[in-house]
Amino acid sequence: MAEFALPKNSKITGGKAWPKPAGATETREFRVYRWNPDDGKNPSVDTYHVDINDCGPMVLDGLIWIKNNIDPTLTFRRSCREGVCGSCAMNIDGQNTLACTKSMHDVAAGGAVKVNPLPHQPVVKDLVPDLTNFYAQYASIEPWLKTTTPTPQKEWKQSHEDREKLDGLYECILCACCSTSCPSYWWNSDRFLGPAALLQATRWVKDSRDEATGERLDNLEDPFRLYRCHTIMNCAKACPKGLNPSEAIAELKLKLVERQI
Amino acid sequence: MSGPRSMRTPLGRVRNLGSSHSGTTDFWRQRLTAVAMTLLIVPVIVIVLMLIGRNQAGAAQILGSLPIAIILVLFIIASTWHMRIGMQIVIEDYVHNEKLKLAGVIANNFFCIAVALASIYAILKLSSGV
Repeated sequence: MAEFALPKNSKITGGKAWPKPAGATETREFRVYRWNPDDGKNPSVDTYHVDINDCGPMVLDGLIWIKNNIDPTLTFRRSCREGVCGSCAMNIDGQNTLACTKSMHDVAAGGAVKVNPLPHQPVVKDLVPDLTNFYAQYASIEPWLKTTTPTPQKEWKQSHEDREKLDGLYECILCACCSTSCPSYWWNSDRFLGPAALLQATRWVKDSRDEATGERLDNLEDPFRLYRCHTIMNCAKACPKGLNPSEAIAELKLKLVERQI
Repeated sequence: MSGPRSMRTPLGRVRNLGSSHSGTTDFWRQRLTAVAMTLLIVPVIVIVLMLIGRNQAGAAQILGSLPIAIILVLFIIASTWHMRIGMQIVIEDYVHNEKLKLAGVIANNFFCIAVALASIYAILKLSSGV
């Protein structure tokens, strides 16, 4: 059956409350999920106080401040710090988003900034999820141009109108916020491709230059790969780039019906 | 996932047995039956209200009308078909034990077909006044 409770070794226990930084006039409380694969202990939630006068406004700035000033063992992924790379996707204040574009001041005033790894994925350490399956699902939709016609001397041509059809699809940065917010993906991530991979599949199905549209649809037409999407729309709510994977998946379903009736 | 200890590659696990090339028919029929029920629900409610408080002879008289019997039979077909697809989706979503899932899907099919046939038989029997 679907699991509605955490496994025993994933239950959160206790956690360390770090002292407030000396001399700080204004602080913000951070409660951060911690888990170390090497100490054999259950995960915990540590409490930190960030000096907001000594740190940038984003949640990622707060985490970097903690790592630099309080606890160098805190582990998380980050790279571009401007919402382009998708590395710092995590669950902040109950919502999957990018730590670098989420302002800590947008989290309800007075409350702690709660930071957890992306839900329902194996954890590598602290805020780092294991996205191996997610990336393999992306690879399975074969996200590259497939053609039979010999490659032209210059480029594959595309009209402006056809290019515009890819708007709202090509911007995806594969941060996994959408897929890991989807209950259907939580229950069936071994077989359901999830909103991110399906949005990318739509991007290639709709590309006017691609000659493998039918094969792509064949590959997706499956009760689990595609039809586990029940248009819950958590994906669209979570997407930090403002994309709508639900709509993209609906377009796939429409195309499958279209070629059948 | 097929076990963290599996030595298959992640891509091999995702591709697994390949696509079943099915699901679109059920997806389409689920919407088709939903539209049918939307159209049929008002006349069905009216018919049920007409039947309230009547004895068998009264019910047989109302169901003796061909359009009324057809509306009810169509509603039974649409609703049990919709129920079968919907329940199967719920089973596939939440039941991950393969044997239990298979048993659930079989039981669901049998139950929905039995409900449909019993209901249609009852309507036809009353309608024909036997």
